[in-house]
Amino acid sequence: MKIAVASGKGGTGKTLISTNLFRTLELEKAELSLVDCDAEEPNVSQFITGNLKGVNPVMSNIPEIDEERCSFCGRCHEYCNYHAIVFLPTAGYTKVISELCHDCGACIIACPDNAIKLNERQLGLITSFDSNDHSEIIEGCISVGVYSPVPVIKEAIKSAIKETVILDSPPGISCPFVATTTRADYIILVTEPTPFGLNDLKLAAETLTRLNKKFGVIVNRAGLGNREVYQWFEENKIPLLLEIPFDREIARTYSQGKLITDELPGYRKAFSGLINKIISLNTL
Amino acid sequence: MNQIAIISGKGGTGKTVLSASFATLATNLVIGDCDVEASNLHLILTPEKITEEKFVTGHKAVIDYNKCNGCEECIQYCRFDAISILNSRVTISVTDCDGCKLCSRICSEKAISMTESDNSQWFMSKYRKGNMVHARLAPGEENSGKLVNKVREETRRIARENKSELIIIDGPPGTGCPAISAITSVSTAVVVTEPTCSGFHDMKRVVDLANNFNIRSYVIINKYDLNPTVTEQIEQWCRSNGLTVIGKLPFDSNVIEAMINSKSIIEWDPQSEISKSIIRIFRILTEKD
Repeated sequence: MKIAVASGKGGTGKTLISTNLFRTLELEKAELSLVDCDAEEPNVSQFITGNLKGVNPVMSNIPEIDEERCSFCGRCHEYCNYHAIVFLPTAGYTKVISELCHDCGACIIACPDNAIKLNERQLGLITSFDSNDHSEIIEGCISVGVYSPVPVIKEAIKSAIKETVILDSPPGISCPFVATTTRADYIILVTEPTPFGLNDLKLAAETLTRLNKKFGVIVNRAGLGNREVYQWFEENKIPLLLEIPFDREIARTYSQGKLITDELPGYRKAFSGLINKIISLNTL
Repeated sequence: MNQIAIISGKGGTGKTVLSASFATLATNLVIGDCDVEASNLHLILTPEKITEEKFVTGHKAVIDYNKCNGCEECIQYCRFDAISILNSRVTISVTDCDGCKLCSRICSEKAISMTESDNSQWFMSKYRKGNMVHARLAPGEENSGKLVNKVREETRRIARENKSELIIIDGPPGTGCPAISAITSVSTAVVVTEPTCSGFHDMKRVVDLANNFNIRSYVIINKYDLNPTVTEQIEQWCRSNGLTVIGKLPFDSNVIEAMINSKSIIEWDPQSEISKSIIRIFRILTEKD
């Protein structure tokens, strides 16, 4: 089973939930992978790592035009749906803007002159750790300046091989969020009881509904803000999976890069019950 | 024209709270909400929409089964693993399709066409102090960077038309295409961080990003009193990397009270320590060089 921990708004506590859920299940001897899919800003390894197992680059191809062979027909420019090829026929100029290239291969099919060669570019790294003999941590991380984290996210999820997989999702509701949540069987949305939290929760919920995905919600920093988010759960019959109170001890533990299930073991029970709740809701 | 983008790397550090404060301090500015996926600025500024326009974020491939002969050639060409055989017919996954159009071009039966994804919108609005440009990305849509670009360009156009001296861009989290689009051609980046290991780590990456684009960055440490040790580490790192920490803001739960009442903290509690600090920061940022 794959469970994604996601949210529309950033900073609601996705990594807090995914790392502590991982630690709790790990202590219960589950065969477990935790995948950090927030490849733009991965943070899982600030909290837990283990023995380094491997570092693998994720590559993509960037086309380059051989001007000796190019007949300046403009077909590559016409085929490129991302406007990544500049073509100035009168000046005899064709060039690829590598930042805009999506590595779709269309220009190569288009070129009648066999004038396009491919250079490899590194998009990011997949780093894996053995947390212990039955659990692993996999981190996807893009290089600074790379536009799309999606290829790295897909590779990271592919490399998770354990029976239960927790995916720490990137924020937002666009392609990185979709690439993560579509690969999960169940999604935990993390929110906070504030107007910002509720607004973005609704957006994330709407996205998951469109994707036909089952989800429940965890309210983090409960006690802050107001009760509107709870009214919304009731009106829309959204399961409330867990509440984590606003507590300076939690904030302090988190800020130090430590796990609340290690430092404040009273929270272990809550995380332990979470998985059974999800299984019964998901009727897997 | 002074163009300031508020970014953070990590989400939830206080970008929008700060942007809304700036937006209610200045007169004759234009503010652009470039977090088009999870925009929140409108919840505080409660703008009135003047114009509302559709935005095409990209394209998706669709199969006409009356024409498809099941040759599966498109599957071989698709680099995004978006086409597969499902229930014994060729099927395109909407969520994996990147919109490159290659399948549509190579199909011998001309059975694949492209449809526009046009469910996203952008808005030009007025709020109590000035003009605002914002947008709504349709759920699950790709290419939010393209919509961010649109918001940024329109913000600049309206500033020029109104002879505004100041543009504030409320940025998205991360370092990928939306963040890159948000900081493109701004003069200053304000990086809002918090004293947590993850906030610190993410700040370093986003400072790197701004450096790549030759944009000068300033750092603000929000909720600095939640962990004085990490705050000190961040300040130390900024000193040794030639970055100025232009302000430290205390944790104040009144920020949420203000938000609930659709007010910026400056409007809600102008005498608070946090408001005074924000006013000081704003002055530094808008002083003429």
